[in-house]
Amino acid sequence: MSDPLETQRSASAPAVEVHDLTVAYGTQPVLWDVDLELPEGKLIAVVGPNGAGKSTLLKAILGLVEPITGWVKVFGESYEKRRSWVGYVPQRESVDWDFPTNALDVVTMGVYGQLGWFRRPSRAHRETALECLEKVGIADLAKRQISRLSGGQQQRVFLARALAQNARLYFMDEPFAGVDATTERAILSLLQGLRESGRTVVAVHHDLQTVAEYFDDVVLLNARLVANGPIETTFNTENLQRTYGGKLTVLTQATEALLAQRRPG
Amino acid sequence: MLSFAAQNVLLGASLLGVIGGILGAFALLRRQSLIGDALAHTALPGVCLGYLLTGSKTPAPLLLGAMVAGVLGSLFILGVVRSSRVSEDSAIGIVLSVFFGFGIVLLTHIQRLPFGNQSGLDKFLFGQAATLLPRDIAIMAVLGGGALLCIFLLYKEFKVLTFDREYAASLGFHVRGLEILLTLLIVVVVVIGLQTVGVVLIIATLITPAAAARQWTDRFGGVLLLSGAIGGASGSFGALVSASVDRVPTGPAIVLASSAVLVASLLFAPGRGLLWTQIAHRRVTRRIQRENLLKDLYRWGERHGNDWSQLVSWPDLMGERGATGGAMSRTRQQAKQRGWIDSSAGGARLTGAGLRVARSIVRRHRLWELYLTQRLELPDDHVHRDAEDMEHVLDDALVERIDQLLGHPETDPHGQMIPRPAGEAA
Repeated sequence: MSDPLETQRSASAPAVEVHDLTVAYGTQPVLWDVDLELPEGKLIAVVGPNGAGKSTLLKAILGLVEPITGWVKVFGESYEKRRSWVGYVPQRESVDWDFPTNALDVVTMGVYGQLGWFRRPSRAHRETALECLEKVGIADLAKRQISRLSGGQQQRVFLARALAQNARLYFMDEPFAGVDATTERAILSLLQGLRESGRTVVAVHHDLQTVAEYFDDVVLLNARLVANGPIETTFNTENLQRTYGGKLTVLTQATEALLAQRRPG
Repeated sequence: MLSFAAQNVLLGASLLGVIGGILGAFALLRRQSLIGDALAHTALPGVCLGYLLTGSKTPAPLLLGAMVAGVLGSLFILGVVRSSRVSEDSAIGIVLSVFFGFGIVLLTHIQRLPFGNQSGLDKFLFGQAATLLPRDIAIMAVLGGGALLCIFLLYKEFKVLTFDREYAASLGFHVRGLEILLTLLIVVVVVIGLQTVGVVLIIATLITPAAAARQWTDRFGGVLLLSGAIGGASGSFGALVSASVDRVPTGPAIVLASSAVLVASLLFAPGRGLLWTQIAHRRVTRRIQRENLLKDLYRWGERHGNDWSQLVSWPDLMGERGATGGAMSRTRQQAKQRGWIDSSAGGARLTGAGLRVARSIVRRHRLWELYLTQRLELPDDHVHRDAEDMEHVLDDALVERIDQLLGHPETDPHGQMIPRPAGEAA
């Protein structure tokens, strides 16, 4: 298993480059014309109100939703070429936790990508998975059925699965959502460990109070990109008001105006 | 000894059971149980068109027609779901009724043709396993073997697809292709099952063994294997019953057998079975009732100068929490058997052992109350109910940690003494 950090660094290319990205579900635009560059080796929060397209941004970068326009580059190449450098932690609610499987099994899925088609995970792969469970502090729960894990433990399982991917860039959809204080601290130190080893983490984050404490950079999103950059220069009241304040964005205002015009009288 | 024909039926029915069970497990876990039903119904017009085009009664062209129709039906369902706002269950309903309606029209037309009523196509509706010939078994074995091989090769891919589709896609697996393949494998089950159980009952060979198997195991591979085993056993059982009992059709016999396994699994499977959860619930209820009785006796003694040697009358005890006579007398019996109380018609009192248990229950309750008020800053009058629930589930180690955290307190938020474990000085 080759360490993606050992492979030649494309020194100039940012970790993620998003250009002119527009995504719509049906006729509803969710992301509008997003241009974005994310630096390598940072913890980056994606912040914005509900329905701002935070998860969609992640999914569009990962090629899970089809954009209408725009392109994405990961370390200077298309996502398809860089797939093995990228790890993903979906929202915890996105799966059925009553699925018949245990924690170790779920974490082992993290190596499936490296295995490619047809090959089965070996004992060595399962040991890697166990090590990842150890890193998130729940190796003792390896054989437990996943429905009998607490919310925080389930989140740790998802993180361990992403660790098993041994990626250089991680996308995490609300890793801190609905976890207890202990788990939150554990996850935070895990993310900091990833950063220390030169990895990049892009995480959707809901708790505005902890953004500045936990992250280096922030992406403020509300269908359009509001601001993007280091916490010190970007995460200020003005930008937050532009992201959250006045529920009507220009886009919805325009729609409203259009509808008002069509209304008789 | 079974006749040659009966051996054929036995072989065919078990084969169908195993393959239907394994693929049904995927359908069940992907929450697509009904897709098999729709695909079974789409087979009917395929069979009819196969007959009309070739005029042949041999299964090969008819099954080929069924397969083509099934593939069309499944692509239609997947396509409608993907490209429109129609939900999956609606798409399944639409495909089922449109194809099946068309099939019935064709079948009626065929039966009006000269010699059409001898076509025997109606056997595909309800199945007629007795007509299985060795060449049919050969077709079933080839198709079924191919399906099993696919699952064996793509086990890991199908597993991650079933658990977490988007994650599978992010790993680079072609999830769209895998989904289509899995649906086509269900079409294979339909084709295998047409002659044996027929269009209407095929869904049972897919879903029933899978639902039963899920009750017994928490492993993905375990569910697949057990579902296949239950399917296979039900298939052979149904075939044997219909061979030995006159006028029992094979298909329904198979379905009844697997349904019996399902009912038993829903009731008796450890952990998930209804009976087991009921017993577990009752056990907890009874323990809580016993512990409450001890606690009430303890508190009565506390109010009477920490003297637990007096007999407390039943009306006094029942008044404590409005217990009914029946529950109270059962609880009293159980506490007595454990040597926790002495009781007579006049009332009850704690024994030495009972006093120790009661003390630890009250200790758990009061420490937890204190913890809630001090650490979570809940008002005093809100904590009693919470503590009532928690005192029955906290274990000793946790209680001692709370005690330590709070600095070994003497009294609870209401000013009552927190008893220490026996042996320790107060």
